[in-house]
Amino acid sequence: MNLLGENIWINGVIIIVGSAVLVFIGGVFGMLYRGIDRKLVAHMQGRVGPPIVQPFRDVQKLLMKESIIPDGAVSWLFTAAPFICLITSALLLLYIPLFGLQALLGGFGDALLIVYLLILPSLAFAVGGFASSSPYATVGAQREMVVLMSYEFPLAVAIVSLGWRIGHVTTQLTPPANPFMFSTIAEYPIWSLVGPLGIIGSLILVFTLLVVTSGKGAKVPFDVAEAETELAGGILVEYSGRNLCLFYLADIIKAFAMSSLVVALFIPYNLSPLVGIGTPVLAGIVDGLFFLVKVFAVMFISMSVIRTAMARFKISQVSWVYIIAMTLISLVGLILIAVDLMV
Amino acid sequence: MTLEETKKATYTIPVGPIHPALKEPIRLALSVDGEEIVDVDIFAGQVHRGIEWLGMNRNNPIQSIYLAERICGICNICHPFAFVMAVEHAAGITPPARAEYIRTITAEMERIHSHLLWAGIAAHEIGFDTIFYLAWRVREEIMDLIEYVTGNRITKAMFQIGGVRRDITEEQFPRIRQSLDYYKSLFGQLKRVFLDDRTIRMRTKNVGVLKREDALKLLTVGPTARASGVPKDVRQDQPYAAYADLDIKAMTPDMVSGTVVGDVYDRIIVRLLEVKQAIEIIEQCLEKMPPGPILAQPKTAVLLKTLTQAEGEGIGRAEAPRGEVIHYVRLEAGQSTLATWKVRAPTYVNLMAVPTILKGMQIADVPIAFASIDPCMSCTNRIVVTDRAVGRKSVVGYEELHRLSVEKTKELPR
Repeated sequence: MNLLGENIWINGVIIIVGSAVLVFIGGVFGMLYRGIDRKLVAHMQGRVGPPIVQPFRDVQKLLMKESIIPDGAVSWLFTAAPFICLITSALLLLYIPLFGLQALLGGFGDALLIVYLLILPSLAFAVGGFASSSPYATVGAQREMVVLMSYEFPLAVAIVSLGWRIGHVTTQLTPPANPFMFSTIAEYPIWSLVGPLGIIGSLILVFTLLVVTSGKGAKVPFDVAEAETELAGGILVEYSGRNLCLFYLADIIKAFAMSSLVVALFIPYNLSPLVGIGTPVLAGIVDGLFFLVKVFAVMFISMSVIRTAMARFKISQVSWVYIIAMTLISLVGLILIAVDLMV
Repeated sequence: MTLEETKKATYTIPVGPIHPALKEPIRLALSVDGEEIVDVDIFAGQVHRGIEWLGMNRNNPIQSIYLAERICGICNICHPFAFVMAVEHAAGITPPARAEYIRTITAEMERIHSHLLWAGIAAHEIGFDTIFYLAWRVREEIMDLIEYVTGNRITKAMFQIGGVRRDITEEQFPRIRQSLDYYKSLFGQLKRVFLDDRTIRMRTKNVGVLKREDALKLLTVGPTARASGVPKDVRQDQPYAAYADLDIKAMTPDMVSGTVVGDVYDRIIVRLLEVKQAIEIIEQCLEKMPPGPILAQPKTAVLLKTLTQAEGEGIGRAEAPRGEVIHYVRLEAGQSTLATWKVRAPTYVNLMAVPTILKGMQIADVPIAFASIDPCMSCTNRIVVTDRAVGRKSVVGYEELHRLSVEKTKELPR
């Protein structure tokens, strides 16, 4: 099977150039959003906060700094981990629809692939922590693994329930071949498929995903792996300079991708058909801007607000929240959607 | 081949001397099994500054007041307070009544600011930065008031042997009352934020428990002891300055929650109650403050002469925001410096409770549980012996100190 179609060279070049452009744009907007997030949180806490361009300056500064590798570290693993983390985070951007367009590699992967891809940056993160031989980083890496295992289940429940419901589209004679494809999800938005019970269930799933997003982004109350006051930065404690910069960028891109995922799954609407803009270029611009607004809304709720309003959990409490509370809540959502289908 | 007994692998996590959880240098060596703390060892001695030595060798007693103020940046009232009481005790000087009231007012202002500062730090330790900023913004009001009354935010230089250096006049009362009213209006909100917030409760309830028996056995002082249900307060038990005229009662957490657990949550309750109590004390002081002079001996030269001629020893005890602080002073006739000066800060005794508090907790509990005794290292540091010839450094431990003391005592009767 030739995945790249007939014009293998042209398609290959398009994919390579497109990936580079996408990752660049995703990174820039990710950093911009991180700056906005920091500013908003600062204002909510009664501070002035850093300028919105601060993340760009941070990256610039980190790139100029020396990368120190501790004596006891597994040097090659310690250096490789940030690269793996950044690359796998960037990979997410290629499979998730961005700016109201189809995902670049949307034809090759679906929402279930994303669930697996999301594990990789966290694994790279933990590997880097274990490789740095610091007791703080070791504890941080252990915690990262526990958190990873904790939020996996509610995340899976949320995505699988959505796909399962879309797979039961009744308006057509033949249900969609792969309900987990983002194009299918965009074609049949969950909100127009279900009745009142299903809407409540879907809202519950959205809530679950928002809480998982907060954990994915390693923000308070789920930032146990870094936990400044406990572990002095945890996993990142030994990282500096370029290596730290790569982790920083990976974190920013991961947060952007995760928010885009929530948007793609639950708010796959475009503005241009609604307001009736016909010209493709203008429609693209409007949809792109609308996408940014949607991502901003998700980020604001899942990261800025939650981290302003809460204290950091203990690792046992994080596990409890995800494995027990969030899983039960997401299962309730699933049951509501299932009941809605039967009624 | 023999089968060795399998043992749970523990490893050591050093917290400090430099660590984000600590505001001052101290080293806690935590033996942890996974996330659980099995054992704790404490190494103090990173901020020894030889202040007592300066007081005994370089400064005259009046200069030493300002040195005492600099023992700790936060307790810059209670240290000079205890110090001047010790010197007055040794030299037989009685400060005028008005000075006693002014001293009390400044000491209570310090308590408000110290407890609010602690509240902010405690919130930061559990990762709740919003409350940290809130608490410190609220604290600014008392800092402004302290500056208005004493002329400086910290190191206020209010104290003088035999009185105080600045008066609090009638014209200043409205401004002081305005600040107190601000805190009274805010108290309900502070209480709601710190005692009812879900995540704060999750992180502080049943964390860092110090039982009443342990608190008594380990001789803890101040809010740490009171939160464990030991109603111990120098202001109540042995009133000094104006406290005897006022209505003081040691605050224990059962006044709010009905029970005493001795955890971090209870320590928050006690400190909140003490902020309220401090406001009431200042109000009472403003009402009852008698007229009169503020210094027993206004002329510094005369005072210095008296102190140089004086002979005797004295003890000053004050209830600092962190607990009881004791200054011991001995004066010898003809000696311009202090013959002996010994400071015992509250953290010195409260540190002994830290291993008990931390054992069995998780690593995540360390910052908040340790911070809950409101440790102040700069007050605490004692002795480090450095042998330059061999490049060896050792801290004189308990056994060694005990042996030396026994030897010294045996020498004395001869």
